[in-house]
Amino acid sequence: MTGILTICRKELADHFSSARFILLFYLILMVSLVTAFMVGSGLREELRDVAKPTFVFLMLFTSPGKLFSLIQFIAFFGPLIGIVLGFDAINRERNARTLSKLASQPIYRDSIINGKFLAGAITITIMMLAIVLLISGLGLLLIGVVPGPEEVWRLLTYLVISIFYICFWLGISILFSVGFRSMATSALAAIACWIFFSFFVALGASVMADVISPVDQQAASSNPELLINHEQTRKILSLFSPMTLYSEATTIILDPLRKTTQSLLLMGPMERLSISRFQNPLPLAESMTIVFPHLISLIAITIVFFAISYAMFMRQEIRST
Amino acid sequence: MNGQTVIETQDLTKVYWEQVAVDHLTLKIPQGEIFGFLGPNGAGKTTTLLMLLGLSEPTKGKAWVCGFDPTREPLKVKRIVGYLPENVGFYDEMNAVQNLLFISRLNGIPDEIARSRIAEILKAVDLQVDDRKKVGAYSRGMRQRLGIAEVLLKDPQLVFLDEPTLGLDPDGSHQMLELIQSLSRDKKITVFFSSHLLDQVQKISHRVGIMIKGNMVAVGRIDDLAKEKFGVGQEKYTLEEIYMKYFKEGLS
Repeated sequence: MTGILTICRKELADHFSSARFILLFYLILMVSLVTAFMVGSGLREELRDVAKPTFVFLMLFTSPGKLFSLIQFIAFFGPLIGIVLGFDAINRERNARTLSKLASQPIYRDSIINGKFLAGAITITIMMLAIVLLISGLGLLLIGVVPGPEEVWRLLTYLVISIFYICFWLGISILFSVGFRSMATSALAAIACWIFFSFFVALGASVMADVISPVDQQAASSNPELLINHEQTRKILSLFSPMTLYSEATTIILDPLRKTTQSLLLMGPMERLSISRFQNPLPLAESMTIVFPHLISLIAITIVFFAISYAMFMRQEIRST
Repeated sequence: MNGQTVIETQDLTKVYWEQVAVDHLTLKIPQGEIFGFLGPNGAGKTTTLLMLLGLSEPTKGKAWVCGFDPTREPLKVKRIVGYLPENVGFYDEMNAVQNLLFISRLNGIPDEIARSRIAEILKAVDLQVDDRKKVGAYSRGMRQRLGIAEVLLKDPQLVFLDEPTLGLDPDGSHQMLELIQSLSRDKKITVFFSSHLLDQVQKISHRVGIMIKGNMVAVGRIDDLAKEKFGVGQEKYTLEEIYMKYFKEGLS
């Protein structure tokens, strides 16, 4: 235990003093503040004529404003935080020849990688907490609405999901830092992974869906099943992207009026009717039930990727040369 | 020397992808001895050190370090064994004391005790420390001294030194050799070191071992080896001459 804590403590100090982390933190802070400000000032206009608005506070995070919402922003750029914190975790030690020295101290070998992951996770937690609190504070100032307990719980859930999501990327980048000797290679590999999962899977999903269940315009007009099949294939494929998992989960969690992750096309007539008729918010537990599979998958892939890098690190030869 | 065995190996063997790196090594080293470990590059010296430290698992055979099996109880071995790798690395963005404090924390030494111990050890290795100077700006000699300081921090019973004098200036390597001798003489620390600088090995080691292609071809005192190779009364042969003879025989 002393091993993990000592390494974690040193890594934390390194993170908070490293230039790239501070740069990234300010960048994200700036964008968050700008988003919150834009959304906050827009909201006031929008809500002027609404008699009894509900869950206004959460709209600070979900309303797209003029450009994008905060949750979209974190979904896109959160991975970068994880990558920056982890891409050189192990291979930096290897290149600086400190790894064999660390391993010859009386600590278990896994304390090295565990300590590093723990330090990354703590940094991510502090960062996300700071961003959410800042936006909440700014929102209070701008729109003057105090969040209810339900909203606070939803925000907390959102925070936990976001931390897992970014930790997933931390796990991936640590995996590359174990696998690749050069820090530049592991950084590039992690970024390639990020681009692939965030942009190409969504794109590839529609292409693949066209291949697997093709839609012929004429046939579709007589047989709507085809369209539904196509849409379902596309949806399943796009769920391979952690970004899709995360975005769907957080939109449901932060927007109590949303009752399903399905697109309009896939809903039955009764479902569509109920959505348009009953505009009542869902309780948090119900929202959680809807995205439960998403949450489980997100947590599972985080653990799986960390476990792979753990196993790889434990098997690797430690040599000074 | 009181003859207590510190390192003992029995048929220690390491095979990397069907290539034998260390071949049935059987060795005994008593407490307080300075053992010079010789051999060409790639002969398996570092692999042997790593196995004795528990950083690498032997394919076959057994080893005991201070009575512990490094494969089974690596933590107990690492607690009492110091290891100075070849070209030791440091956290370049920290200063010397911070580097040493980090290592002492990993060894579970409380900070208050560690600070006084660090001051003591830095004096012993003759390293003047400026808190504003990061280790990244240190010269080769200073880094090597810092490495020795780090090894001594845990108060070891046995130290493994991989090329401790490589790249040091004549004065620096002289001081390093003095330091190694004083460890054995004053603190009864066993020193197991590998080097290519044969005159230095000859100067300080009690016994030497020559490893070629994973085989320990000779172990013993230098004059005994000379007697064996060149006949009685030929003790004046230098280690270099003995080594070259073994080396040529070992290759053929």
